[in-house]
Amino acid sequence: MNKIRIIPCLDIKDGRVVKGINFTNLRDARDPEEAAATYCREGADELVFLDIFATVQNRKTRLEWVKKVCDVVTVPFAVGGGISSIDDMKTLIDMGVDKVSINTAAVKTPQLVKEASKKFGKKRLTVAIDGKKNLANSGLPRLEVVIKSGLESTGMDLVEWAKRVEELGTGEILLTSRDADGTKDGYDIEMTRAVAEAVKIPVIASGGAGTLEHLYEAVTIGKASAVLAASIFHFGEIRITEAKEYLKSKGIDIY
Amino acid sequence: MITIIDYNAGNIRSVLRACAEAGSEAMTTNDPKVVVKAEKIIFPGVGAAPSAMEYLKKTGLDTAIKNAFMSSVPILGICLGAQIILEGSEEGPQECLGLVPGKTVRFKIDDKTLKIPHMGWNEVRVVKSHPLLDGVKKGDEFYFVHSYYPSPTDKQNIYATADYGGDFCCALGYKNLFAVQFHPEKSGRLGLQMLEKFTRWNP
Repeated sequence: MNKIRIIPCLDIKDGRVVKGINFTNLRDARDPEEAAATYCREGADELVFLDIFATVQNRKTRLEWVKKVCDVVTVPFAVGGGISSIDDMKTLIDMGVDKVSINTAAVKTPQLVKEASKKFGKKRLTVAIDGKKNLANSGLPRLEVVIKSGLESTGMDLVEWAKRVEELGTGEILLTSRDADGTKDGYDIEMTRAVAEAVKIPVIASGGAGTLEHLYEAVTIGKASAVLAASIFHFGEIRITEAKEYLKSKGIDIY
Repeated sequence: MITIIDYNAGNIRSVLRACAEAGSEAMTTNDPKVVVKAEKIIFPGVGAAPSAMEYLKKTGLDTAIKNAFMSSVPILGICLGAQIILEGSEEGPQECLGLVPGKTVRFKIDDKTLKIPHMGWNEVRVVKSHPLLDGVKKGDEFYFVHSYYPSPTDKQNIYATADYGGDFCCALGYKNLFAVQFHPEKSGRLGLQMLEKFTRWNP
């Protein structure tokens, strides 16, 4: 098994790290630079920065927020939110961002995934997929893709979409369960596993981490290559060092 | 005090930050007069060799770096800064700094599944011990982003390799110079450990 990575996520709104439940009910958590620097110090393997309202507010990623964080990170750094063109990606990469993450834009224009992969290389590209679970008799896919910060349903089957973006050339998939997000009840293991088993590229599990066991389950049962978490780290409930020690003690190969 | 050379080749703020995290005082400069007086130099960089060399020549930084090297100032090259210290590069016809005999070459990979640039985490295998590689164990990975790599003429100057469609040199040492193809400033704890060792390195 490959080494498992632990990735804290900074959800940014109005220049602050916030955290909500099911993508809403946001509460202020902390200063982005301080959080980023602390996470790097504590052993984060990578860092994700999401400008969570950029797409909904129909604007580009706020570069001044990115810049501040960019200058303090000492690990690979991914940025998402509001990226909808090759030019947007180039601007971020030129600033020193290591990976760009697209979500809604990929659904609207799948060809963008292909173009970006060709232009920047697949390792610079993450496709973020937000999903929700539907009831069996709803007439909708059991696992469905949602976009625009979870506000809009697409009717698309999540696993099929994951396979498609792999084919189009993304280097990894950041998979977030909207239903589990912020609940601290655990990742959606069914969703994580369904995607991880359908693709060969790394899948980052996201949404719902609340305990150390949740991280462990996402890797062992969910087959995720990396675990992303926000709330548990932001509010200091679990330290990254602690998470790493725990996973190591359970026999997981980590950094 | 570490002097980080700022020559318009990518974001070097992260290098400055990593030095601070590693407990080393550092500053950035593009002034050749500052470079010749430096106690220690980090020569970072991301981008293409031809435009980088052009900038170094135009500003006189090329001579300053050469002089610093000749007067035994410890130098750490990173990424592009590990390439243009050689005599030349397949990236263009320009002469490079020539601090170390050898040439920078492009990946020639038969395996079509391996794309260029080589990017991401990869295991760095120490083939010869060096103070800056102390503490790097089997299986330890660093972060890479590159299409070219340094190929010193004297293979004795290779201190670590990585595998990407075949082994390539990812760390070379020559006198008071040490250079790595990967990014210690992006490699978390292991990278900071290396920078910290650089501050204490007295070749």
